[in-house]
Amino acid sequence: MRSITVNVNGRAYTRTVEPRLLLSDFIRHELGLTGTHVGCEHGVCGACTVLADGLAIRSCLTLAVQMDGASITTVEGLAAKGGELHPLQAAFREAHGLQCGFCTPGFLMTLVPWLAEHPQPTDAEIREALSGNLCRCTGYQNIVRAVKLAADAMADRKGGDGA
Amino acid sequence: MSSTLAQSRRKTFGERVRRIEDPRLLTGQGCFVDDIDRPDMLHGAVVRSPYAHARIRRIDVSRALALPGVALVLTAADLGERNGPLPLLIPHEDLQYGRTQSALAVDEVRHVGEAVAFVVASSRYIAEDAADLIEVAYEPLPVAADLEAAARPDAPRVHADTPHNIGGHYVRHVGDYAAARARADLILTERFRIDRGTASSLETRGIVAIPEGPGLTMYVSTQAPVALRAGLANWFGLPEMHLRLIAPDVGGGFGPKVMMFYPEEVLIPFAAMQLKRPVKWIEDRRENFFATTQEREQIHDVEVAVASDGTLLGLKTNLLHDSGAYTPYGIQVPIISVTTLPGPYRLRNYDVEFRAVYTNKPTVTPYRGAGRPHGVFVMERMMDRIAEALALDPLEVRRRNFIQPDEFPWDTGLIYQDWAPCKYDSGNYPELARRLEALADPAAVQVEQERARTAGRYVGLGRAFYVEGAGPGPYEGVRVRIEPSGKVEVATGVGTQGQGHCTTFAQVVADELGVAVTDVYVTTGDTAAMGWGIGTFASRAAVLVGNAAALAAQAVAEKTRRVAAHLLECSPLDVELADGQARVKAAPDRALPLGTVAARANPLRGTLAFGEPGLEATRFFSPQQSTFPSGAHAAVVEVDPETGFVKILKYCVVHDCGPMINPMIVEGQVHGGVAQGLGGTLWEKLVYDEHGQLLTTTYADYLLPTAMDVPEMLLDHIETPSPLNPLGIKGAGEAGVIPCAAVMAAAIEDALRPFGVRIREMPLSPSRIRELIAGGGVRG
Repeated sequence: MRSITVNVNGRAYTRTVEPRLLLSDFIRHELGLTGTHVGCEHGVCGACTVLADGLAIRSCLTLAVQMDGASITTVEGLAAKGGELHPLQAAFREAHGLQCGFCTPGFLMTLVPWLAEHPQPTDAEIREALSGNLCRCTGYQNIVRAVKLAADAMADRKGGDGA
Repeated sequence: MSSTLAQSRRKTFGERVRRIEDPRLLTGQGCFVDDIDRPDMLHGAVVRSPYAHARIRRIDVSRALALPGVALVLTAADLGERNGPLPLLIPHEDLQYGRTQSALAVDEVRHVGEAVAFVVASSRYIAEDAADLIEVAYEPLPVAADLEAAARPDAPRVHADTPHNIGGHYVRHVGDYAAARARADLILTERFRIDRGTASSLETRGIVAIPEGPGLTMYVSTQAPVALRAGLANWFGLPEMHLRLIAPDVGGGFGPKVMMFYPEEVLIPFAAMQLKRPVKWIEDRRENFFATTQEREQIHDVEVAVASDGTLLGLKTNLLHDSGAYTPYGIQVPIISVTTLPGPYRLRNYDVEFRAVYTNKPTVTPYRGAGRPHGVFVMERMMDRIAEALALDPLEVRRRNFIQPDEFPWDTGLIYQDWAPCKYDSGNYPELARRLEALADPAAVQVEQERARTAGRYVGLGRAFYVEGAGPGPYEGVRVRIEPSGKVEVATGVGTQGQGHCTTFAQVVADELGVAVTDVYVTTGDTAAMGWGIGTFASRAAVLVGNAAALAAQAVAEKTRRVAAHLLECSPLDVELADGQARVKAAPDRALPLGTVAARANPLRGTLAFGEPGLEATRFFSPQQSTFPSGAHAAVVEVDPETGFVKILKYCVVHDCGPMINPMIVEGQVHGGVAQGLGGTLWEKLVYDEHGQLLTTTYADYLLPTAMDVPEMLLDHIETPSPLNPLGIKGAGEAGVIPCAAVMAAAIEDALRPFGVRIREMPLSPSRIRELIAGGGVRG
């Protein structure tokens, strides 16, 4: 058993865990943050994606002990404190970019850092960025629309800040 | 009640209302089965057969039991009479040898992944450690893996107590095929094969059982919570009132989650009751590949009799259906195949025969489309063959055979899966064709095809049409109640797996009661909220629950007007419901909030003036037959003969499910269906070897389509109302998937015409396409 301290969504958690405990299980079952979902346990579907020190990683392929001292962001950390949806979350709703919602947190967490680096993406770039996440419900079309909407909304917001 | 009356009240019906369920799901506040936790919860793991067919000689659980943290190990003997065989959900007169699985295998395993033992421990990690410590001695038996081989009389038998592997044999005749054949100018025969795939919902199956009071509360990732509660209560001898079953958020269903019972649905509650502690089991992805039911493997021999002008005089088909190792779902899938086959065409002489064949492979139950894609594949491939043989345009052949808009109701002469006539209620197939041509622009495709060929590129166009039976009975029910808060509570027994039920049903109720959609709170799939219901499958939820919701809301509206009229001192006929109020039509300032009316209808003292207390009603909708939505797809593809890769250049859909409650949601259903359908044409194939061993058990081997693979889809809709229900709606859940195999086969064949390639199978991997090109001239 190892003692680890992990900052998740701005709050520090210290827990004693088995070295084999997956980060996904740590987040879901030790911390009770069940918004991160596990779809395949072998790193293909992307449903378990979280941010570790700002980078999108697969929490089902990561051990909790590897994250000692790291800062994690999960889907629960995306919306503003007052509950206002992140522009990407709002765009997913607007464009009907989710159906069952199981894969959705993984898409959101993959896209947040990607959109920061690709503020004006083309459809083809968006599809490539989405290709590491599987969705079985939507056929991706409305997810692509949502990402474009989000990019536009975030550009407007940025522009607004400057004005 | 006339549909015009219903239409006059429609305010949100037909609107792209944003989904009520989304904020929860987008912020990580959804509640899926694996999100249920209890402090003293134990965790299960299943020991599964590595063999497709074997005798179990011995099971040694001693090392597992000795592992610290292990609470319970179960084998078949421990379960006693609760082990099974489990119920045969849908018996049929033509299923002569129905066989069902047991919760844990007794003496013999019949497919890879069959449950053999069950371990419960303090964590999933320890449960899996313990599962590895259970030693099972197997004696391998001869395997019937290949469908055709298994159908032969001398094949190894999957079930020793049946005379052969033919579990079901079905023969039907409509009209007189022999006479049609005799007067035909052209006879064409073909053999088609469709292989196995899996629904692969992103959430696997999961079950939590929590002992509470005298019974249990269960959370199950199921599409049929009420039916499952009834079945399990009966199985365990519990009063239904002591078993509450909840289908919480369910991460995709697509058919397999409606099967009952899965062995785990017995094992988890059994263990929880024995240990008197909550037990959770979550299927892992590998298990999902062989422990969840699958579909699609069929071989069709078909013959058509055609007149020289392309008129279809008759069709005869004989098919083999792979049932897998057990038939808990009866022969529904092949029945749906053969009743879907006639499609939008005037087929008057139809001979059909199928054999449902046991194989040592996982059990087959419906997966989105449920036999429909096969029927459409057969008919649409033959339409293309007829066009080619007669040198006619493929669309022209179809047009000459379409049932016309003034010919409804059109009786196919068959009995559908719901034991009701397979009688089309409404549709406009020529209009589907016209709209499809507008989207697909075949003239432009032809120009591109010719231009591409001169450049050594191969472009092709395919089209496919379908009619699908949807929304079968027997019934669904809805309870609607206006609270004193003015909010409206709606409860239905069906569960939801992403279809947006909490929004569409709220729209229907909101329109009837004159309240905002956001003031309507829909509970789905909780037996404590609604104890009547069947389930979410066969594109039936909108048709059945939507109409029940309208009926219940109308009854509540009527009561509300009656109570309000008393309070406002006017006639009920003078009261209208709008903006969350009951008000006098002629004097809208004389108004009461609905919550006030609800409170006054439920006094704490005195007498009850209006029959039952409050503003509440429960109503059921029970159709006498299915509805028949229809549609048409077109695909333009480019095939690289060097690599065998298929690129989809354009994909068009025209869809008719009657009036749409929420077009945004319907389009989402179509998009997702098409993506799954295309998956089954190019990428998704469950590969079994000759020993019945499944070779594709990860997403690296079994390829789900990604955003790079699924094309942008162009959609158009027509709306021909159904006369069979008050809202006129027809169901949309499965539509997208149904013609994909047919349309892609046509498009790929058209692209590879210079090579003489014939497409008679699905799916088609790049290597298979290269094989077909290499052998094209010979095979053609």
